Amino acid sequence: MSLLAVEALDVRHGLLQAVRGISFTVAEGEILALVGANGAGKTTLLRAIAGAHKPTAGRVVFDGRDLRGERANRRVRAGITLVPEGRKLFGEMTVRENLQVAGAHARRGRWTMDTVLDAFPMLRPHLEQRSGSLSGGEQQATAIGRALMTNPRLLLIDELSLGLSPIAVDRVYESLRTVIASGTTIVLVEQDLSRTLRVATRIICLLEGRIVLEGAAAAMTREQVTQAYFGLRHAGSASAP
Amino acid sequence: MTQFWIGQIVQGVLLGGYYALLACGLSFMFGVMRIINLAHGSIAVLAAFLVLTVAGQWNLSPFLALLAIVPVMAIAGWLLQRGVLDRALRAGELTPLLSTFGLAIVIDNLLFERYGADTRSLAPNVGDLAYSSWTAGGLSVGELALLTFAVAVALLGGLHLFLHRTPFGRAIRATAQDADTAELVGVDSRAVYAGASAIALVTVAIAGAFLGLRSSFDPYAGATQLIFAFEAVVIGGTGSLWGTLLGGIVLGVAQNVGSQVNPQGFLIGGHVVFLLVLAARFALGGRDLRALVRPVRRTT
Repeated sequence: MSLLAVEALDVRHGLLQAVRGISFTVAEGEILALVGANGAGKTTLLRAIAGAHKPTAGRVVFDGRDLRGERANRRVRAGITLVPEGRKLFGEMTVRENLQVAGAHARRGRWTMDTVLDAFPMLRPHLEQRSGSLSGGEQQATAIGRALMTNPRLLLIDELSLGLSPIAVDRVYESLRTVIASGTTIVLVEQDLSRTLRVATRIICLLEGRIVLEGAAAAMTREQVTQAYFGLRHAGSASAP
Repeated sequence: MTQFWIGQIVQGVLLGGYYALLACGLSFMFGVMRIINLAHGSIAVLAAFLVLTVAGQWNLSPFLALLAIVPVMAIAGWLLQRGVLDRALRAGELTPLLSTFGLAIVIDNLLFERYGADTRSLAPNVGDLAYSSWTAGGLSVGELALLTFAVAVALLGGLHLFLHRTPFGRAIRATAQDADTAELVGVDSRAVYAGASAIALVTVAIAGAFLGLRSSFDPYAGATQLIFAFEAVVIGGTGSLWGTLLGGIVLGVAQNVGSQVNPQGFLIGGHVVFLLVLAARFALGGRDLRALVRPVRRTT
């Protein structure tokens, strides 16, 4: 059985319909990447799965349980945690406190303060520093570490490398390997296509709120994804409109 | 002469302790939930009446009566958040102002209905604590004023430790900074808000008891207390609880010094300093309403 099932999901921002009848499933242990231009609905889709944005139709089923009406904090306890776009750290609090806040409501599991710091060793020297004063890469590491403290079964990561230097991106991805090795299921939004193709096991391409291309990452070429990205043609096994 | 002014300033600082005690709950609610609670002064007066009633009914010391009132006020704070403020917050930024303003009117008039227009005080219940004083080096300070100041420092310090050292305190700080993100890491922001309101009303209860001890009060005394608390918060900023203490002290000193300059100067001195700080905040921070209470300097 799939860990996550999104069924005919519609999400609106006022009059704008950002997600239009999207359905897909994620199996345990998969690394699914969502690809698409700005405004394709990736962030809205992740926020709807995490419970931060209420869908107007359709449903999100997690581990066989319909999450309709459950607020974000309840979904965290069920095992879904989102690393939001722009990191959204508690900037006035130290790195340690950022991790502790998330750890206070954690499910039991392998991620504790120690194991998170083992995965993100660059955070150790900055534990007592205000998280708002960290570099972009360190902030992203803190944001992922903070999400891991809740011991998610499904980790949603929005715009992993946005605004980071290439070296910082390398380091964050290196640490992410530890997370992937631990068996955590991940849904990832990433602008860097070559990285996406390397890290993901499956790719879903979104265009204007709909899925236009879906398939195993290994079977997909850069050209296919690029064309779907720009909406040049509806390629592959797409559940296109 | 110098001795005289030192005396006045010391009295002002101690008076500032009372204002800090009073402002603590107002500052806390604004800091966590961005709610300006216009019923703040009325709730303090309500607490004073409750202490008076409990102390009178069972012939207790007002301090013991306060101990009994504290859990009642905590529950009232929780209910206030869940029943009124949560809904008001969802309806927009101005709605909490309107609903707490309405609440103030309701409380004032219910108190009037129940207790009448008579002026009351808790001072007769504590024997000579209300008027006795210590003298050292030609300087005389009231025991009650000193006790109030000590309680204010202990309360603010305790709250600071609570916010920085306990899991619930950290959850409150995280929610205050970004409630949406706090939810995304598992914090139940509605529970945090209700807890924060409960804490705020406990501090208001303590402030109300000291209001009753140090002066007289009547059912409509809330508005004045709200203004003092508001002035202390604006002067000190809401960034840290120590800012609230500083704001209270500046207000207290300004009032005491003002009263020596002119017989009418007590209130005017406080208002002038308040308006100067407000003008400075507008000049430095732009015309954003938030500038009203932006901290002088952020400390974490």
